[in-house]
Amino acid sequence: MTERVDQRVPSDRSELDPAMLAGAEAFARTWATAVIGSSYVPMTRAEVAEHLQLLTEVLVTALLATPFRTAPGYEIGSRLVEAHFTGTDTLGRTVQLLGDNLLAELGIGVDSRMTSRLAALQGALAAGYARALRERTLAEQEAIRAAVLDARDQAETALRASEARFRAMFTEAAIGIGIADIEGRILDVNQALQDMLGFSVEEMRQYNIRDLMHPEDSGNVWRLYDQLIAGDRDHYRAEKRFHRADGEQVWTHLTLSLVRDDHGEPQYQVAMIEDVTDRHLLQNRLRYQALHDPLTGLPNRALFLERLGRVFAAASGETGRRAGLCYLDLDGFKVINDSLGHDIGDQLLVEVGRRLDHSVSGDGKLVARMGGDEFVILVEGSDSIQDIVNVADRVLHELEAPIKIGGHELTVSASIGIVERALDGTTAADLMRDADITLYWAKADGKSRWALYNPERNAREVARFTLSATMPAALERDEFYVDYQPLVRLADSKVTGVEALVRWQHPEFGRLAPDRFIELAEETGLIVPLGRWVLRKACEEARRWLEEFGDAAPFVSVNLAVRQSRDPELVRDVKRILDECALPPHHLQLELTESAIMGTADEPLEALRALSDMGVRIAIDDFGTGYSNLAYLKHLPVHELKIAGSFMEGLRAADEEDAVDAQIVSTLVQLAHALGLGVTAEGVETPSQAKRLHRIGCDTGQGWFFARPGRPEDVDRLLRGGL
Amino acid sequence: MAERERVVDRPRWVTHDVDPERPSVARVYDYLLGGAHNFAADRAIANHVLEAMPELRGMALTNRALLRRMVRHLLDLGIRQFLDLGSGIPGAGNVHEIAHQVDPKAKVVYVDIDAVAVAHGRTILEDVPNAIAWQADVREPKTVLESAEVRAVLDFEQPIAVLMIALLHFVSDSEDPHRIVADYLDPLVPGSYLAISHSGYEEGEEDAAALEVRERYSEQVAETTLRNQAELRSLFLDLEIVEPGVVRMPHWNPESPDDVDETTKRFPGFAALGRKW
Repeated sequence: MTERVDQRVPSDRSELDPAMLAGAEAFARTWATAVIGSSYVPMTRAEVAEHLQLLTEVLVTALLATPFRTAPGYEIGSRLVEAHFTGTDTLGRTVQLLGDNLLAELGIGVDSRMTSRLAALQGALAAGYARALRERTLAEQEAIRAAVLDARDQAETALRASEARFRAMFTEAAIGIGIADIEGRILDVNQALQDMLGFSVEEMRQYNIRDLMHPEDSGNVWRLYDQLIAGDRDHYRAEKRFHRADGEQVWTHLTLSLVRDDHGEPQYQVAMIEDVTDRHLLQNRLRYQALHDPLTGLPNRALFLERLGRVFAAASGETGRRAGLCYLDLDGFKVINDSLGHDIGDQLLVEVGRRLDHSVSGDGKLVARMGGDEFVILVEGSDSIQDIVNVADRVLHELEAPIKIGGHELTVSASIGIVERALDGTTAADLMRDADITLYWAKADGKSRWALYNPERNAREVARFTLSATMPAALERDEFYVDYQPLVRLADSKVTGVEALVRWQHPEFGRLAPDRFIELAEETGLIVPLGRWVLRKACEEARRWLEEFGDAAPFVSVNLAVRQSRDPELVRDVKRILDECALPPHHLQLELTESAIMGTADEPLEALRALSDMGVRIAIDDFGTGYSNLAYLKHLPVHELKIAGSFMEGLRAADEEDAVDAQIVSTLVQLAHALGLGVTAEGVETPSQAKRLHRIGCDTGQGWFFARPGRPEDVDRLLRGGL
Repeated sequence: MAERERVVDRPRWVTHDVDPERPSVARVYDYLLGGAHNFAADRAIANHVLEAMPELRGMALTNRALLRRMVRHLLDLGIRQFLDLGSGIPGAGNVHEIAHQVDPKAKVVYVDIDAVAVAHGRTILEDVPNAIAWQADVREPKTVLESAEVRAVLDFEQPIAVLMIALLHFVSDSEDPHRIVADYLDPLVPGSYLAISHSGYEEGEEDAAALEVRERYSEQVAETTLRNQAELRSLFLDLEIVEPGVVRMPHWNPESPDDVDETTKRFPGFAALGRKW
């Protein structure tokens, strides 16, 4: 039903004379004013007046009509309502105006007939108005009620659509969704969550959220939960583990949100749960791989270092905690790997790893593969080194049984370095370094064994290393010097020669005798320049003596190391030095040990022959202590035999004499003389020894009895003053 | 606590709840205009306030008359599209009735927050082409301007007149009426118009009794924010205010000299029409 204002012109408008019209117009204006002030009228004032003018004309026509009918009055009442002139005062004013003004404006006399007609029309107008108004009111009421129902329907439809959307999302979501009230009672869970946890909706509705606590949950997670349901927080995220119905575990990312009502009070909680078990397990696997050796499955170096670090961290502050390491290395692995192939080598490592793990791994013991064929065993909380030795013994035992691989039966052994100590005052790095050193000792000592860390040995080795390292510089800096020990002719106690003995005045270690550094020098090859230096020094000294003492000047006897004897420049160097010192060659004797000469290959032998041909005397030092080839001896370019001092032991006083030793010495002297060689006895310390030697036929003597090794000046004094 | 208060301090009955037992602005207004599209609760409230402020009915009638004058004026200016914001219950003399008298192809969109008013409007407009009713909160311009239904009727490439008749005094300062106006003006093409009528007083006009009544009105009926002519002027942002400028409502292009007198010079409400260039 539309609500347009009906402005149709009544069809029964009759012709009125101008005077009536004017009166009607005047009345209409007054009427308009009354109406406008009392109703909302969707027309301009002019339009209202015009509208009412028409109605007035109808009224006047009816008033004057014959026959008289009240119907027009009725209709006008209706029209007023249709035109929306429905203010509560409108009817009253209209009726009143009609009564008061109409007849006067029209200029119609007031008589009982007119009054009666007017009254009838007023009545009809009122009735028509009332009826139309009632109709209208009822219609509008009906319309508004229908609108209320429509609006409700709309709202419900929208709500249902929204709920349907929510329902679809809830049900179909791949992520687990759960809803609970503020008390924690679970109200609903979607399929994804049911599948994730293995419970049905009905089962889950029996639970409270607090029932889903997991022992691994951090306290933080539940603190956040309390904050959420108290309304202090709107959401939080957490990692959470759940126990499934079947006992398995799932790892999840959880987001819990608070839903508030219109007043802002907490009303529901909604959980969105994502299953990240796969990711979690993958992370674990990756971490495992990062810390384990892929070949053997044992912990790798990284894990070992981590564990070692933790052992130290746990021990810090606590005194008395100890730990030990076995550093082990398979002997001869390289050979196996190279000869049988890397495949076999790998399988070998796997089997070794397995045996180690099987026999050793356990509480407080970690077996790790460091790389290549190196393994390490960490023993935490050891009581003493014996604990570690036990482990090492077990390892060696385990490796005794041959390993069958690819048709081969392989026997491997291991070298093991053992370190065990209190953790206070040491570091992981120290422990590992010392274990490494000790492993090296085990190998050097012969392999297939364990070795214990020994601080003294370590110190010695460090010292050796230091000496070895500082030797070249020392040579430059003249830290070496040469002492001389007289060689005395037993017949007349004359000094016929001196042995040159090198010493090292070490800034740190003090005065070092040759036994401290000659071997090192041989190892490093420094013996060659050192030897040359000693030779030159000795020759210079010999020259000086020659100049001072002429024929009475002693020769110098200089030790020659094996290494030197193999030096291709040897002959040339000796010649040069002799030339530069202007020393006659027979004033020089070179001493070589028995083993050095006997093991001599061709070329060094040639060198010795050349030297001998030059006039240099060659002596065999420490004779009787090596393995002499006597037949060979005859053909060697040797002039002198020096009998080792150890034989002098038995040549003391006559009544203490060891007959065997005496016999040996005697025989050696005869042997030497038979070969045309001179004999010098070393280590002569007593007069009886000297006497005995002389009686035996020994030519020369050397030892403390005659003189200790001393400075050149001491020799000078001897030469001047005699013994 | 402050956060939550903001949610609840909207007057409960400026609402789109569909509850006949709760008074709604739209239905009270209809009653004041002499309509019967209302329920007992609406009439009770209205009568209660009318007791203390009898001129309220006159103010309602004046607003309606102003709407009619403005729409007719806009039609004269050539406007053929209208967006009536806060249109209330469609009663007599609706915008579309006025417009279609001049041009049956004129387009009208009524927007109100009241679900019942809009439902009633839809019923009335079922057979009327080029006119629709749409439910939205006009304080969120986007929900109106981006609605597919609204855009199906109004052509935003042509001038549109936006009508905010007896609307902005229900928008408080904290709801930023300037921004709301700006958002409605933004998509309009030059040659569009904005019509605003607003309750308000100039300095010193509101006496203690009136203030008390208004406060009671705010408590029981709707939170109202009155603005004076200068404040109304500022709501037009950078639009050109056409003649007669910002004036008391009855004085805006009155239909006849009889419509203005001494009392209308103190009418508690102002109106203006602005043009977008």
